[in-house]
Amino acid sequence: MKTVLEARNINKYFKKPVLFHVLKNISFKVRQGEFVSIMGKSGCGKSTLLYILSTMDTDYEGQLFLNEELVTGENREKLSHIRNKYIGFVFQFHYLLSEFSVLENVMLPAKKLGEKSPSQIEEAAMEKLRILGIEHIAQKRASRISGGEKQRVAIARALINDPVIIMGDEPTGNLDSYNAENVFNIFKDLSDNQGLSLLVVTHDKDFADKTDRIIEMGDGEIIG
Amino acid sequence: MINWKVILNIAKTHLLTKIKQTAIAALGVTFGIGSYITLVSFMTGLNKMLDDLILNQTPHVHIYNEIEPSKKQPIAFYEEFKNSFNVVHSIKPKQSQKKIHNALPIIDYLEKNEHVRGALPQIKTQIFYIAGSIEIGGNLTGIDIMQEVEFFNFKDYVVKGTPEALKNTNNGILLGSGIAEKMSLGIGDRVQISTISGEIFPLKIVGLYQSGIADLDNIQSFANIKTVQRILGEAENYITDINVKLHTIEDALPLAQKIEQQFQLKAIDINTANAQFETGSNIRNLITYAVSITLLIVAGFGIYNILNMLIYEKMNDIAILKATGFSGKDVQLIFMSQAVIIGIVGGILGLILGFILSSVIDNVPFETEALPLIKTYPINFDFFYYMVGISFAMVSTFFAGYLPSQKAKKIDPVDIIRSQ
Repeated sequence: MKTVLEARNINKYFKKPVLFHVLKNISFKVRQGEFVSIMGKSGCGKSTLLYILSTMDTDYEGQLFLNEELVTGENREKLSHIRNKYIGFVFQFHYLLSEFSVLENVMLPAKKLGEKSPSQIEEAAMEKLRILGIEHIAQKRASRISGGEKQRVAIARALINDPVIIMGDEPTGNLDSYNAENVFNIFKDLSDNQGLSLLVVTHDKDFADKTDRIIEMGDGEIIG
Repeated sequence: MINWKVILNIAKTHLLTKIKQTAIAALGVTFGIGSYITLVSFMTGLNKMLDDLILNQTPHVHIYNEIEPSKKQPIAFYEEFKNSFNVVHSIKPKQSQKKIHNALPIIDYLEKNEHVRGALPQIKTQIFYIAGSIEIGGNLTGIDIMQEVEFFNFKDYVVKGTPEALKNTNNGILLGSGIAEKMSLGIGDRVQISTISGEIFPLKIVGLYQSGIADLDNIQSFANIKTVQRILGEAENYITDINVKLHTIEDALPLAQKIEQQFQLKAIDINTANAQFETGSNIRNLITYAVSITLLIVAGFGIYNILNMLIYEKMNDIAILKATGFSGKDVQLIFMSQAVIIGIVGGILGLILGFILSSVIDNVPFETEALPLIKTYPINFDFFYYMVGISFAMVSTFFAGYLPSQKAKKIDPVDIIRSQ
């Protein structure tokens, strides 16, 4: 199987307020279609690691490969393009643009990418909403829908450019167990049926146990 | 690659959902530009009116025979005294005539010059207006009335009667309004004038002249050239002054110098004669621009403030846009385009506001004894100022938007997402 994401000897320091070694020699791989969760206590550096893997944080040592290509050291424009095209994000707080409709929120990354015509983008966005069972709220303002719906919209937005990997930072942390279950099932389905790789940071032991592989972190190191 | 459609769409949504703030920012620009247009239209209108008051009546080059002492006194011609220190007491003006020698050929010559619009002959003479036993001193100028109307807007200063009436009346006179008031005379009445040599002529009043300058209106009257020649008992080639109107005022100085050299006459150009006037106009313009720029800078700070606040409010949006693949430059352009949209909309409204305000001022009655032809406040509707206004609106909002948008560009999405 193809390797989608690879971290090699990643080290990260926080320089303020005091020098602090957050991540120590992190190395691992995520293969295509794999559903990986990262677990660990608060402050063990798992979110920090995720931001580095997502290319948003560039202040680290080591090497990061996406699709077997080195992305470390690329300029910000290029990194923005990589995030846009190859990575989908789901956050704990759903982070939708509250003034736009659900459909527009989902369409925005595709419009930025600009590889399809507006009508094709709209079609694709409706298709993603349909997969997630929320096509009926497409025209609603993003600020007017429930938390569970918001998270599904965020997933639809993450999927719109058909990325190679989806990263989640506590994507179920803010949801009740019913909606958390729902989101997990969606992820599982994407991984099993569409060959999508997933990398999810979570506190939720139940959630992690159901994933293909758990990366356990402690004090900035992978411990299992 | 910049996808303008997406960027403008986001900018538009931001502006429309915060319509109140947008409106306040745009109103700041509107008032700034509106008051700039009003102020500059009013000030330049006023300047132009004051300029016209003097300059329209002033020839671009005024040619006459100056009564003055010879520049080179006879002793300077003696070789023997060349290296001596000579003192001449009681220098008298040189004996010369008032009339311009060969005036008519000079006029013909001047009118052939391509820079010259017209060269007008005049005869200036001192007279007395006779009212019973009282003699009032004054000036009578012989003019070619229709040419004066054409080149020096003479018609504007004829407050009663018409210039044509003077042309058609042999012994007609356009009496100064001040003198007419003093002597209780009106159109159709006769006024007796006496020349310096004592001869008395009755002239028929065909109109009243008012320049707006009281001292002038108290002494000055006009008659046809031929009438004045007859009163003075001079021939048809007796001309004391030539007034030249040019196509462009810049040619005045070189032409004046050339005429002085060529004909040995005195030739005064308009800039030399009215240097202090130019200074006044320049200072008024300076004040206008200083006030306008202050207004626009204040409006610029308003936009800066509102965009800054908007960016703080939109931190999450900025983070999410960056996380989903919008680059810092895209985010910057989103906020820049908001600033420029505010600038364009506010600026155009400002132009409209300025136009309305200046139209209102243009219709406010403003009547003064001193300015007979002004009925309302003067306004200069020059398109150029409207171009300046809209350009300034766009430039100032551009800079007001640049600093906050630069900040938005640099926002690190990780910081925002972490802090939640």
